[in-house]
Amino acid sequence: MAASTLISLAADLAAGRIRVVDLTQTLTPEFPQIVLPPEFGQCLPFRIEEVSRYDERGPAWYWNNFSCGEHTGTHFDAPIHWVSGRDLPNNATDTVPVQELVGAACVIDCSQEAAADADFLLTTDLVRRWEAVHGRIPPRAWVLMRTDWSKRTDPVAYQNYDATGQHTPGPAAEVVRFLIEERDIVGFGSEAIGTDAGQGYHLRPPYPCHYYMHGAGRYGLQCLANLDLLPPTGAVIFCAPLKIMNGSGSPIRALALVPA
Amino acid sequence: MVRLDVGPTLVVHLHGGCAAPPSRVRVDARLDKSGQGVLLAFPIDEVPNMADDRQLREMTCDPKFRKVLVTDGKTGVGQAVARAVIDAGADLVWVGYAEPWKQVPGFAELEALPQVALLPLDLSDSRSVKQAAAEIGGKVDILINTAEVHRTQGIASRSGVETARAEMDVNYFGLLRLAQEFGPAMRSRGADGQSSATAWVNLLSIYALCNYPAHGTFCASKAAALSLSQCLRAEMRQGGVRVINAFPGPIDDEWNQALPPPKLPPESLAKALVKALKDGVEDVYPGDVAQEWLARWQDNPKVLEREVSL
Repeated sequence: MAASTLISLAADLAAGRIRVVDLTQTLTPEFPQIVLPPEFGQCLPFRIEEVSRYDERGPAWYWNNFSCGEHTGTHFDAPIHWVSGRDLPNNATDTVPVQELVGAACVIDCSQEAAADADFLLTTDLVRRWEAVHGRIPPRAWVLMRTDWSKRTDPVAYQNYDATGQHTPGPAAEVVRFLIEERDIVGFGSEAIGTDAGQGYHLRPPYPCHYYMHGAGRYGLQCLANLDLLPPTGAVIFCAPLKIMNGSGSPIRALALVPA
Repeated sequence: MVRLDVGPTLVVHLHGGCAAPPSRVRVDARLDKSGQGVLLAFPIDEVPNMADDRQLREMTCDPKFRKVLVTDGKTGVGQAVARAVIDAGADLVWVGYAEPWKQVPGFAELEALPQVALLPLDLSDSRSVKQAAAEIGGKVDILINTAEVHRTQGIASRSGVETARAEMDVNYFGLLRLAQEFGPAMRSRGADGQSSATAWVNLLSIYALCNYPAHGTFCASKAAALSLSQCLRAEMRQGGVRVINAFPGPIDDEWNQALPPPKLPPESLAKALVKALKDGVEDVYPGDVAQEWLARWQDNPKVLEREVSL
């Protein structure tokens, strides 16, 4: 049965009946990285240096060295990223069970709310309303919060800072607990620069999506793109991090399979 | 030929405003375009547009009529320097800025000045430096590198290398990136008419000479930049472009807020840089702390090293 599923999947992919959607932002030096207060250590932005380009440094080959933080660009957060997940088993990029890195995606469209309010918070009420239309979120699914934030190609608008800090949408504290405790999701994904809202440090606890998700051994995806190309249910996503020894996260090439 | 009051008769360069001989002149020292020390005779009294004399302009790096790049306009120093070169008569000042999502005081006011053109420029990003040089590199007459990363730590007070690496990445590698992308075009424009490429200014630190342990990794990055600037000076000299190094003491900014006064106001530093350009000198030590450290360092570098570590 499973074998025939894979054979028909391959046939559907080859025939274009299933499309592969790229959920990834391009890694460029200009893509904004998370900003911490300057007295803290900082996540490196993406940087690239040419090693050779068919020249005296290497006549027949072109290649680069690049550098970045574990949390640069479209990336994966492992449970060990947060203090609440520090002592869990298999909590780092090299030990997370790969079975969980391919799975069903439930896409909750918050794009209108986010357009009206940059500080929009997803609530349990809204998730229940989504479920009333699209069905209950199945166990071990990924929940992706679509905000169309990835369409903000101007880095200033994407970061959206003012004198009071960053303003980007994210989940409320209570819905994170609901998704873990009552829906048993594997992870939460967002389009903005964190899984938590820009003002998430004012919530209780601060950064609730990081605190609860990672504390429960769940994962985070951020800086996702093209969520508007996914159906509310029925897509399968691939989001494996690089196998960094004891890594807290990693840039990823996030992909989704969707019916054509 | 000029006969000095103290006796000797010399062959000197002559400012165009000097009266026909025999007449009295004032003799002063300058560096010529190759960095060689020479004597230049000035008229005793001020003459109109004295600084515009062709020979004097060759020997100095006056910002007047010139196009200037200030690499980071988001710091107090960068903003003060941009304003000071505008006050000195610069035609155009490109003001570099990185991380556009971070808002800093004074930047909007600077942008509003008619001589200012903003330029995205991040010295930690080779692509950004290359792009900026492609856009304006052939027009920059004076480059003033004000970009720096400054954190306050020694070796034991902060674990890991990432913060020190960030200092090195801008303070040392940033200079290297700038020099590779902007250096060649500027060097080739050293004799490009009245407003030729003329100077490259580095914001170093008096701590480049001797490590101040409380800011130890910052000092190390500035010492690396000092060494590289000497290489740059040797290479730029071939095109007649002067490299000026500024060695200020602690600047009155947020990263020095824990230090006691005296601290150098950004405006004073900017004024000293403009004076160095107008005088055409190679090294400048603005402020009391820098002057004191310089004297102690010249007197005995080992004693200074020991004293600042106690």
